[in-house]
Amino acid sequence: MYKYDSYDHQMLTERVSQFRGQTERFLEGQLSDSEFLALRLQNGLYIQRLAPMLRVAIPYGMLSSKQLRKLAFISRNYDKGYAHFTTRQNLQFNWPALEDVPDILAHLAEVEMHAIQSSGNCIRNTTTDQFAGVAVDEIEDSRAYCEIIRQWSTFHPEFAYLPRKFKIAVCGTAEDQAATQVHDIGIFIVRNDQGETGFRILVGGGLGRTPVIGKEIFSFVEKQDLLSVLEAILRVYNREGRRDNKYKARIKILVKATGVDAFRDKVNEEWQRIKDGVMKLTDEEIGRCQNYFTEPAYKELEQEDASLNEALADNVLFSSWVEQNICDHQKPGYANVTINLKQTGVAPGDITDGQMDFIADPADRYSFGELRVSHSQNVILADVEKGLLFSLWQDLKSQSLATDNLGLLTDMICCPGGDFCALANAKSLPIAEAVQRTFNDAEELRDIGEISLNISGCMNACGHHHVGNIGILGVDKKGAEFYQISLGGSASNKSSLGKIMGPSFSEKDIPDVISKIINVYKETRVDDEKFLETYERVGMAPFKERVYAKAD
Amino acid sequence: MQKLIKDNAIVEDYWTILKEASNPKVLSIIPGKNMIIPLSLWRDYPEEVSDYIGKIAVWVNSDESVYDIGEQLHDLPLIALNFPAFSDGRSYSKARELREVLNYKGEVRAIGDILRDQLFYLSRCGFDAFTLRYDQDWDASLAALTDFSNSYQGTVAQPKPLFRRR
Repeated sequence: MYKYDSYDHQMLTERVSQFRGQTERFLEGQLSDSEFLALRLQNGLYIQRLAPMLRVAIPYGMLSSKQLRKLAFISRNYDKGYAHFTTRQNLQFNWPALEDVPDILAHLAEVEMHAIQSSGNCIRNTTTDQFAGVAVDEIEDSRAYCEIIRQWSTFHPEFAYLPRKFKIAVCGTAEDQAATQVHDIGIFIVRNDQGETGFRILVGGGLGRTPVIGKEIFSFVEKQDLLSVLEAILRVYNREGRRDNKYKARIKILVKATGVDAFRDKVNEEWQRIKDGVMKLTDEEIGRCQNYFTEPAYKELEQEDASLNEALADNVLFSSWVEQNICDHQKPGYANVTINLKQTGVAPGDITDGQMDFIADPADRYSFGELRVSHSQNVILADVEKGLLFSLWQDLKSQSLATDNLGLLTDMICCPGGDFCALANAKSLPIAEAVQRTFNDAEELRDIGEISLNISGCMNACGHHHVGNIGILGVDKKGAEFYQISLGGSASNKSSLGKIMGPSFSEKDIPDVISKIINVYKETRVDDEKFLETYERVGMAPFKERVYAKAD
Repeated sequence: MQKLIKDNAIVEDYWTILKEASNPKVLSIIPGKNMIIPLSLWRDYPEEVSDYIGKIAVWVNSDESVYDIGEQLHDLPLIALNFPAFSDGRSYSKARELREVLNYKGEVRAIGDILRDQLFYLSRCGFDAFTLRYDQDWDASLAALTDFSNSYQGTVAQPKPLFRRR
């Protein structure tokens, strides 16, 4: 994983003292609310419904055990003993005191972490596949490029006051795990006919109140030109993006209004001018960053492990966890383990300080001291020997961390919603819990199979409801909380946006509505069709008919 | 006399900003003064304003383009870029366009809603003069120009990105 050198450390230290000064000036009344707002947002600090919220970046989802212990320490000493993983590989503290934030940032800086640009109208944390470097379908490890983008976007002086927030994702695998197509810029690592890797670039994707799948602007950009092409896109956006209406300020609106071809022409004009200048990445720099993401000291192992097979045969619960939460690894004899943070009764993505400390130990013991976090709000140990899976599972189970529902209905993506967030129209956490309580039978969940249910408490879509196979959106109807349901969304390679079923429902109706949708699927599916496949075949009508049928 | 931060020092400002003008006659009313005139006046009355070359400069609003200044750009001693609100970031790109595309060597001044917390980024984009908002602490603002000792990106102040200097 990337290690800071003296340059990185110095800039981060200077940032902490700059923010300390800004906070002091605000507390002394020298900075107005609106002036401090722009400054604190550049540093991940929101003022929420009940308390400030601090969003810490986990660049492209990589976390060391040492960093996780520090996050546990902060949540114990400066917060209420828990924190929340978001859908963009960030971690949120929900209850820090404003005056403590500079100290929290100083603690984070000790372990090479920060909250820089985790909110505000600037370039946000770059995200990627949680299995980068270990995924079997990988074209090239995306993390070195993510780090190169992280450095370019950090404290970029020209792009700190963009029309609106700006999110970049990089996908290095055949199967997209990072919802790359719904980012302001989506970067796909691809191979050309000569076998060289480069980047296919999409622009103008996004969720929020106008969900859009990104459009291809360049089909193949050479590696060396990564930063110049990003800079050209950002410059056109900074210059021409709308600033008169915050709901029309994202780059997707500009691309739509300009037309993707005309937009490409504008970008090209900027790009050709700077492409062969100092921004051209050197092989040394690409190599320097790649050297931080080399293979750990793997053992030479057999693909099959006898003790694992024995444990699988002996223990139904263990074998169901393995079946659901483990996926294949590039190295023989190793496995990717997802620790699912979707236990019923706990807000999706929430983790306690004790659990953080606890997970750090198996990360050290079983997975080279490294962890990843995913956009689906789970934690991953990416390099576990198959022979150690059983003892890892036992450890996790003792802390209620062995929930075996990865990719199933109860592994929901969910924003903090109206319980915490000042923007929300409706609560989302109780909806998630109600669905989890309705579908509490492991066998039934497995029978329903692969499905995504995403919940957002408002149309800002932090819970990615547009790209859930089932999406639930909290809406405000004359002061009451209602929920709109959509079907058919997907964040995969064939990304699609869900279609709204019809009139919204009250909170108490949701479990019943979801049950009806699932029943239609179960009755209609052919062979081992997944939910999305059935929906694509039969369309909205049968679902709609059942859900809105009048009782006799 | 109005103050100005220029080349990392607090100095006196000898220029007056003409906020609005639709008629070039206004230039003759204030003789002997250095005037920063709106881009529209400069653009719409090229003959009239040419008499004043040497004594006038141009200010460009955030929704205007520095390319509209035209070929006489290099005869102007200073270009001021306006920030109607500090959160309107368009003029950061304009400063880089002036320096890096148009190769402008004169003074590039930030005017409008200019706060100390923006100075470091402004200076990196090629601004070398700043008229601060009335309520700002000038000494503290001067210090803010050195909030950071280094940067990842190559920009006007340091053209080489860090990866070429590491």
